[in-house]
Amino acid sequence: MHYHPLTDNDRQEMLRTMGARRFEDLLVGVPEKLRSREISVSESPSEFELRKQILKIGRENLNSQSTLSFLGGGSYEHFSPAALAELLNRNEFYTAYTPYQPEASQGTLQAMFEYQSLIAELTALAVSNASHYDGATSLAEAGLLALRHTGRRKILVARSVHPHFRQVLRTYLEAADFQLEEFGFEKDGRFRREEFEEFLTSEVGGVVIQTPNFFGVIEDLEKVADAVHDKGTLLILAANPLSLGVLRAPGEWGADLAVGEGQVLGLPMSFGGPYLGYFAATRELMRKIPGRLAGMTIDREGRRAFVLTLQAREQHIRRKRAASNICTNEGLCALGACIYLTLLGKEGIREVGELNLDRAHYLRDEISRIKGFRVNRDAPIFNEFTVVSNKPFGAIQSKLVPQGILPGIDLAPLYPEMKGAFLVCATETKTKEDLDRFVKALGAV
Amino acid sequence: MLIDSESRLSFEKSSAGRHGAKLPKSRLAKKGAESVPEPLRRRNPACLPELTEPEVVRHFVNLSKKNFSIDTHFYPLGSCSMKYNPKVNEWAAALDSFAGVHPLQAEETAQGWLQVFYELEQDLKEITGMDRFTLQPAAGAQGELCGMMMVRAYHASRGEPNRRKVLVPDSSHGTNPATAALLGYEVVEIKSNARGRVDLEALRRQVGPDTACLMLTNPNTLGLFEEDIFQITELVHEAGGLLYYDGANFNALLGIARPGDMGFDVVHLNLHKTFTTPHGGGGPGAGPVGVRQKLVPFLPVPLVEKQGDRYAFDFNRSQTIGRVKSFHGQAGMLLRAYVYIRTLGSAGLKQVSEDAILNANYLKAKLKQVFPVAVDEPCMHEFVLSAKLSSAKDIHAVDIGKRLLDYGFHAPTVHFPLVVPEALMIEPTETESKETLDRFAEAMIQIRNEAEKNPDLIKNAPHSLPIRRPDEVLAARNPILTYQDWLVSLETKEEPKLSLRS
Repeated sequence: MHYHPLTDNDRQEMLRTMGARRFEDLLVGVPEKLRSREISVSESPSEFELRKQILKIGRENLNSQSTLSFLGGGSYEHFSPAALAELLNRNEFYTAYTPYQPEASQGTLQAMFEYQSLIAELTALAVSNASHYDGATSLAEAGLLALRHTGRRKILVARSVHPHFRQVLRTYLEAADFQLEEFGFEKDGRFRREEFEEFLTSEVGGVVIQTPNFFGVIEDLEKVADAVHDKGTLLILAANPLSLGVLRAPGEWGADLAVGEGQVLGLPMSFGGPYLGYFAATRELMRKIPGRLAGMTIDREGRRAFVLTLQAREQHIRRKRAASNICTNEGLCALGACIYLTLLGKEGIREVGELNLDRAHYLRDEISRIKGFRVNRDAPIFNEFTVVSNKPFGAIQSKLVPQGILPGIDLAPLYPEMKGAFLVCATETKTKEDLDRFVKALGAV
Repeated sequence: MLIDSESRLSFEKSSAGRHGAKLPKSRLAKKGAESVPEPLRRRNPACLPELTEPEVVRHFVNLSKKNFSIDTHFYPLGSCSMKYNPKVNEWAAALDSFAGVHPLQAEETAQGWLQVFYELEQDLKEITGMDRFTLQPAAGAQGELCGMMMVRAYHASRGEPNRRKVLVPDSSHGTNPATAALLGYEVVEIKSNARGRVDLEALRRQVGPDTACLMLTNPNTLGLFEEDIFQITELVHEAGGLLYYDGANFNALLGIARPGDMGFDVVHLNLHKTFTTPHGGGGPGAGPVGVRQKLVPFLPVPLVEKQGDRYAFDFNRSQTIGRVKSFHGQAGMLLRAYVYIRTLGSAGLKQVSEDAILNANYLKAKLKQVFPVAVDEPCMHEFVLSAKLSSAKDIHAVDIGKRLLDYGFHAPTVHFPLVVPEALMIEPTETESKETLDRFAEAMIQIRNEAEKNPDLIKNAPHSLPIRRPDEVLAARNPILTYQDWLVSLETKEEPKLSLRS
């Protein structure tokens, strides 16, 4: 095996050194009954043959290079500079472990610190952790934090929050015997304010609103934070971080916690993962944040140094009294997001936001002109929007896929009341030709 | 604070007007950015650093050089299985035909991904002896959470919600009690016997009608196989409890023994340990969870089914605990593990564990003259030494670890498991050569000598790394967690000294 350096000679010599006759002598503790079973997995071809097999399996997937995809809904096709992938391939980054030995991990630790700084800047909040598994689990952790902080048992969440975010939140809350209540949305996709106000009682520990929400609509959160805080409740905003160069930031809305999916910051869609959940909070909540935090300090010679800090919150120290059971975060994905934001810089993050607004608005205008298709032109959107058609989505899809176009996400399975509606996304990756081709194909369905 | 050019933050290298990415200039819409109503727009610009591409590249490449990693150093970190991450795995995960696929694409357009999921599940079932797997959990700790949610749902479905206790050995990983506590369980620690295994008598005293589950790592964190495993599983099952297998140490058992055959009901695997997906400086991981038949109804949705020669997602499962993660889990990591299993095949997988065990026992044999072994018996893939030396009372495990860095080796896991005073937990893995182990053993012997002759050398180590020991107390007492915090702290403190040293 080309990954295993021991030769037969080595093995013999090593056994001799330790005074064992044969390898099996080392397994004295393992009951014989367990050892009799041989496992049987696939054959092991050469690397060349295996690569051919993998390429063949890959051909059973349509991908964003070979097709024109208008899918969004929590995972997005964005431009990622070539320098980003190149840097993530640095062996010293991707084959390192969690930086428990700070002297041998200053690279990872400083990058974590810079990532936290970038997220704090983007969200306009004071503190960011070093990331969670994904947007949905980040939200679940935020929900649990809000309940711990307030000592309450209920989270109130808008139904316009990503269905997977809500499902994961529900799984986490129900498993700990907490409650989840949902409030609805208006026809144009905005959350329903009267219902929100009606359900917001002093029993609610946290309110969750997403902006732009699952339908792509930018929520107007005027006075929301005040209403939430009046009840002693925390406001959790799930915001698309790539929109924050142009859209009002969670901290600017008065949010206590901001969470969301960080895949948009330069990472591939990769069929759903690995991604990263960003997690930011006010300074007041700093010591209650779950997950890893990097901090700046000095070494024995007074030099700048970075360490994992406030570890008294974490499972390896606190065991059953930890703030969360989280151990591994999404280190390399957070590094990717950090590099992406550093490459984009102050101007780039605004520009990319404007480009998304531009492409989505152009597409929405064009689709609104197609007979048999309706879009809501009143709601403010970022880079996606809902389209309603008389034709079933299945029919549209089966017409467009053979032309190499993936038209969007069917909303009916996720929201039964939205029959005939689908979600369409256009990011900065789409050119005028791409968008026109899509519009023409839709018109011909 | 002394700041050399290599520890300047990207923010501190920023210069107004620079940018490191080239974006399209064209605008298509009549009203795009202008259409956002004023109150919904950002108030103050996000002040990200402004650097050009070459500056960003140099910044991060130089940062990377401050890290130890598997590809540059021997990394014998116990219970973490820091082994070589094969490059063909990375090749596969970077292919457009996998990386460019959207998770909500129609099933017919993502059959390749579904095939990978399906076949990986079949392999993991075979390797562990479990009946079904969910591939959704993002890491070991989330696998534990998912597994324990299923345990909870199982007892509830049988009208036994009063099973409120989760038992964990005192040598367990911190995630075990933290996970159980997160679900509201009462955590009971079972003490180890003199040979580092679960004390059967202590277990017998704690097991009862209120037992929900025993969470066990096998081999345990001392690297020892639980010889009484059949009695343990029987004892817990007889009381109506379930058994949870923490797969952190599964690198010892590939092709040697299966948790399913030992009687475990739930198993999580750390693909980033046993199955070579890179640790990434702290993630992403992947923590698939396998269960026996009686727990299958509670698995998260969706699962992948094969129908004829097509693959499909199954969402329709009435007793499911729900979803634990967006989309389909850490797909890119699952693909890497799939490629790894295929590269090795049955014989190669068995060789993994045999060589891992051989390497650990060999290193233990070489080191036990210099540091006492916690339990001097044949070990599995790792072993624990104690750095408690009567001849060098001031030296702690952490000091030995730091001094090893000077010798070009990453430190072992130190001060864990908690049951061993001054623990040094060493896991060499199967991808290290005998020559590397010999060099490591020589370094340990030298450090042992230094401990007696020149203890200050060790207590002040490391001496040759980018920094000396950092002040962790200061970091926690006066948290500077962002560049913005740093700017604020500057207003109240003396000016930092900029060092010209690079």
